[in-house]
Amino acid sequence: MSILIALILLPFLFAAVVPPLYKYVRCIHTGWFVLAVPVVLFVYFLSCIPVIQGGEQLAAEIPWIPSRGIYFSVYLDGLGLLFALLISGIGALVVLYSIYYLSKSKEAIGQFYVYLLIFMGAMLGVVLSDHLMVLYGFWELTSISSFLLIAFWHKRERSRYGAKKSLMITVLGGMALLCGFIMLYIMTGTFSIREIIADLPSVNGHALFLPALLLVLLGAFTKSAQFPFHIWLPDAMEAPTPVSAYLHSATMVKAGIYLVARLSPVFAGQAEWFWLVSAFGMVTLLYGSLNAVKQTDLKALLAFSTISQLGLIMGLLGLGSAAAYYGIGGESLLYTTATTAAIFHLINHATFKGSLFMVAGIIDHETGTRDIRKLGGLAALMPVTFSIAAIGTLSMAGLPPFNGFLSKEMFFTAVLKTVHMDLFSLQTWGSLFPVIAWIASVFTFIYSMLLLFKTFMGKFQKDQWDRKPHEAPIGMLISPVVLASLVLVFGLFPNLLAYSLIEPAMASIMPELLAPGEKFVVSIQFWHGWTTELMMTFGVVAAGIGLAVSHKRWKGVYGRLPQVFSLNYLYDRGLGWLGLGSNRLTSGYMTGSIRSYLAYIFTFFILLLGYVLLRTPGIQFSINSTAPIAYYEIALVIALVLSTAAVPFARSRLTAIILTGTVGYLVTMFFIIFRAPDLALTQMIVETVSVSLFLLCFYHMPKLKKELSKLRFRLSNALIAAGVGLMVTLIALGAGGSGKFASIADFFVEESYKLAGGKNIVNVILVDFRGFDTLLEIMVLGIASLGIFTMIKLRLEGRDIGARVLYNKGELSLGAVNRDTASQEVTEAHEAYEAAVRAKEASMKGGQTGGQKQ
Amino acid sequence: METLMAVAVGLLFAVGVYLILSRSLLRIVLGTSLLTHGVHLLLLTMSGLKTGAAPLLGEDAGRYVDPLPQALILTSIVISFGVTSFFFVLAYRAYQKLGTDDMEQLRGQEDEY
Repeated sequence: MSILIALILLPFLFAAVVPPLYKYVRCIHTGWFVLAVPVVLFVYFLSCIPVIQGGEQLAAEIPWIPSRGIYFSVYLDGLGLLFALLISGIGALVVLYSIYYLSKSKEAIGQFYVYLLIFMGAMLGVVLSDHLMVLYGFWELTSISSFLLIAFWHKRERSRYGAKKSLMITVLGGMALLCGFIMLYIMTGTFSIREIIADLPSVNGHALFLPALLLVLLGAFTKSAQFPFHIWLPDAMEAPTPVSAYLHSATMVKAGIYLVARLSPVFAGQAEWFWLVSAFGMVTLLYGSLNAVKQTDLKALLAFSTISQLGLIMGLLGLGSAAAYYGIGGESLLYTTATTAAIFHLINHATFKGSLFMVAGIIDHETGTRDIRKLGGLAALMPVTFSIAAIGTLSMAGLPPFNGFLSKEMFFTAVLKTVHMDLFSLQTWGSLFPVIAWIASVFTFIYSMLLLFKTFMGKFQKDQWDRKPHEAPIGMLISPVVLASLVLVFGLFPNLLAYSLIEPAMASIMPELLAPGEKFVVSIQFWHGWTTELMMTFGVVAAGIGLAVSHKRWKGVYGRLPQVFSLNYLYDRGLGWLGLGSNRLTSGYMTGSIRSYLAYIFTFFILLLGYVLLRTPGIQFSINSTAPIAYYEIALVIALVLSTAAVPFARSRLTAIILTGTVGYLVTMFFIIFRAPDLALTQMIVETVSVSLFLLCFYHMPKLKKELSKLRFRLSNALIAAGVGLMVTLIALGAGGSGKFASIADFFVEESYKLAGGKNIVNVILVDFRGFDTLLEIMVLGIASLGIFTMIKLRLEGRDIGARVLYNKGELSLGAVNRDTASQEVTEAHEAYEAAVRAKEASMKGGQTGGQKQ
Repeated sequence: METLMAVAVGLLFAVGVYLILSRSLLRIVLGTSLLTHGVHLLLLTMSGLKTGAAPLLGEDAGRYVDPLPQALILTSIVISFGVTSFFFVLAYRAYQKLGTDDMEQLRGQEDEY
């Protein structure tokens, strides 16, 4: 097995070791052991950079279900490496942070690290898989482990709500993704991403191309919290802060981004892809930044900020896909800025957002609140935290000299270039992009400043906090300090990233733009002259400061928006309506009355068979080959018809039973005239026994009441019954009339005596030719008689009812009932039940004697 | 003759179904009984009612009626007898236990698990 596969499986294997470590090594925080995993991964992936930079790929494959063409195949290229470094690097920092954040005595940290390791392995699997089905498997595993992590404090109602919501939305997208992948397979005949990319001509123009595109995008948008599927992300903030920092800012929410980037070679260059990805990204960017301003909870603000920044990255990927339209050439390279910006901002966002989440966690830890209205003046108390927060927020706002500034300048460059494109009818709508980008940047600036100033500046609200705040312990500060330094380093020396990570990643996203042997050359300059982009940034800062200062005056606007338009409201009500609707639907047709169910069954029978009879050509109702009719046969048929038709009209139960018996004896007569002596004998005996059994049983039953149901019911019953009768008649006629094969009866007639030594052919068939039927039919009779015997003799209810009553109360299921009270309740329930039985028996006896007297 | 029998069997089915759809347990049991008769007659009819001798080789006739459906029907009669008698006793016990034979009242429990 290759080292690449071993490394993906490492977190899973280590997750199995965590519980015993947690249980037996109590003196050391389990997190220290776990820390080794991401560190090892990170070091390995760092060592891969030179190889990948040289344009090579690492690949490995082991068979999983070879007969179905499913291989556990992985490969490492520029894009995969970028994500793998993010996952393992930030994973290591988050684990380190969590060691100080989660108390080893108060929290179930064993479970925490198991879930976190599963997530880490799954995420690595997503970004390194080559096989689509394997990718989907890991994709769902990230959803499940994220669900477990959000509900880590599962005793809180909000945590469970958030976990459920995120699971439902991401799994919905996951299902869509699965359908999209299957369509890709149908089009190309392979599950391998690399082979699909190599086989593009069979994808383009295929009828399934657009559905596959839409479904894949649905999966990517739900995972990456794009509008309107973003609603799960703010509720996922109920998770412990290390989880929020890791999953919901740096890794999982970027799985959708990864997918869009990974499948760009397949879909890019199409107008649908360009517009959907760019438009959803831009709308999410704007919506997220507008909503972040009104949040008062630090983590909710960061969540909406994440949504907004994810929208930005997604939008940039969409804009970058236009380059694929031009193919190899000078013009296409002009439009790759957007893709470069997307990758660069992806890294930048992971660094500053991770550090900001950790800052929020520290503040929560030190003051006991995350409410921005209760915070203030922390700068003097927590200077280090303040510095980290300042670097993070200024980078997020897009100010120099931090990395956010560079990616925002590139973002502006990309949207400005979009205006000049003349494809996909961009001439008309393209000018919207810079406007949206600028407004969103202004609001990004506002919420970044609000976050920084409301938390760390202003009044010191000591009475609002339940503990005395002071600087966080040094261990908690290491991770955010590392991230904040990266923000600075990447801001000052962006080309460190450009050569090592961004160029190979671009080669993975846009391979069709490179002739063999070529490679992208990305150079990010800190100072690019007095350009339009710089002017836009000045405008952002000016408008942002103005609006942030006057924030108190206009923030009331948010309260004016009606609740009905909120997407959460729609989601909650929609879920409620779904539950209510399906409940009503089910209780509408599941009436509990057996008559309704039989009516459904018979109606379906009539409709299906009627349709088939109408549609099937060549059914003949021929009467050529029928036997002649004798006069006594007519008399028998008339008798049968009359006695049958009379049964429903019988007033007394005796008449009904006798009439049914008559039908049975008439059937015996038919057996006689149709020359079946054995049948006649059996039928006569069985009919006699049945009628006596009837009389015996129904002596105890009440008198046959007149049907009390409404006329409408009786009419519909009659209609169904007539339909069934008609269908059976038609089928009998049709089957009898069509051409037949010769019967195998001749064999039995000829061989009965020769082979079996019997002259009664029917009996020979029953015991010799087809003896197995008889054997099992004897068994049926045996079972029936044993069943009847059991039913009459076995009276268990006195003994098991106590348990049942308790079970219904739901007390046994809890398993925490005091044994004494439980047994006492059993006795009480038993006594109550016996009293009820006695009362019922008495009333029945009374009813019977009363009935007899009448 | 087959045509006539097909119509008669249709009537047996119709009345059987009508009885099964009613509320009283007794009618339902009678309905199943009628349905069984219908099925047996249908089996016999479908094999062709061409006249011939009873399937007993001692008769030394030119042709016999088809013996196979007769064997099938015989099996079916016995099985349906077993099932019907079980059903009778079940109805009897249900009435004894629950005090009603009205199917509209026998709707199961609300809190069934």
